[in-house]
Amino acid sequence: MTLSIEVKDVTVRYGKTTAVDRISFHLEGGKIYGLLGRNGSGKTSLLSVLASFQPQAEGEVRIGGEAPFENAAVTSQVCFIQENGHLSDGYSVKDGLKLAALCMPYWDSPYADRLIELFGLPLKKRISELSRGMKSALGVTIGLASRAPVTIFDEAYLGMDAPSRYAFYEELLKDYMEQPRTFILSTHLIEEVSNLFEEVLILDQGKLLLHKETELLREHGVSVTGPAAKIDEFKLGLNVLGEQQLGGIKSITAYGELGPERASRARAEGLELGPVPLQDLFVHLTKRGGSAS
Amino acid sequence: MFDERSPIYQQIADQIKNDIVSGELKEEQQVMSTNQYAAFYRINPATAAKGFQLLTEEGILYKKRGIGMFVSMEARDKLLQARRERFFEEVVEPMVEEADRIGVPLADIMKHIEKRKGQQS
Repeated sequence: MTLSIEVKDVTVRYGKTTAVDRISFHLEGGKIYGLLGRNGSGKTSLLSVLASFQPQAEGEVRIGGEAPFENAAVTSQVCFIQENGHLSDGYSVKDGLKLAALCMPYWDSPYADRLIELFGLPLKKRISELSRGMKSALGVTIGLASRAPVTIFDEAYLGMDAPSRYAFYEELLKDYMEQPRTFILSTHLIEEVSNLFEEVLILDQGKLLLHKETELLREHGVSVTGPAAKIDEFKLGLNVLGEQQLGGIKSITAYGELGPERASRARAEGLELGPVPLQDLFVHLTKRGGSAS
Repeated sequence: MFDERSPIYQQIADQIKNDIVSGELKEEQQVMSTNQYAAFYRINPATAAKGFQLLTEEGILYKKRGIGMFVSMEARDKLLQARRERFFEEVVEPMVEEADRIGVPLADIMKHIEKRKGQQS
């Protein structure tokens, strides 16, 4: 089962601080989404509203057509895993998993067992005694085994070492293909996971900067390099995100489609066109003063 | 695997084309499913599907309902034809330009090619 998510003009405030500022988007069910943003951009606030951990100050949220806050029919469909989990530290790993199983209507016990083995989770240890990596692995295990129609990982896997993270990515994909559902992963390790995302949303200072198919976004950035004077002329009318100059050579990063006419002009003038890695695009778009239009 | 230089689906399509040209993938042979591809390369299955769709549109792959994707009968010829058309523009032109830049006379290039030809036959 998959559920769509509708967010309309949602605002989240903490006292006088606005963490999420009138955000709207629609997420179709059954896709893997990446939520990107710098620290303090509002990712966790937004996700905790989706997970009904807190209400929004303004706006509407609909999951599968229903408002989730204090609505058990909806909240039971959503599993929210955070890095510094809300797992009860006093429990043993085994009891923590038992508790999760009780709360999650689609819990898959044999699958949980396989994940416990994969990540080498020590069942008898107290959760408070686990290393950061093991705590993350426990969170990831609960998230995957929950088989919840909407599963959200809020930087939940960042504490894991690289081999465990890759094992997680593989499991996530495998399980997603077997049991399609909606996943939202927030991260700043873009390079590593961007290939998993069908669509990405970028938050910046509480606002939604963009929401695009990952592959389209990849095609949206372009770097142009050549003699400074030629570049300065060429860049007119482009949405330039960044510039770098070394001696007489200049390189710009632009956002938006170049179009065949401009591209052939660039080639005719001997300018070098190149792609922009997603991570770079993200850095340029979210630095102060960056904008996507 | 994949670099950041172009969209992943494009790279998937290029990889399959290379395999067809080199003969690793034969005509009428079944290719991996999008899910197998996604799992193997750790990418979103929708991305893999997009690469396959591109190849279907170009007539390189075709779909057998309920079975999977296969290499078209004329795929290799088509790809070879396209590569030959681009050969002078993409391979020879840059070589001549580079030779010009560093001062290698065209006659030397011809000599080199003749020599290779002699070794091959």
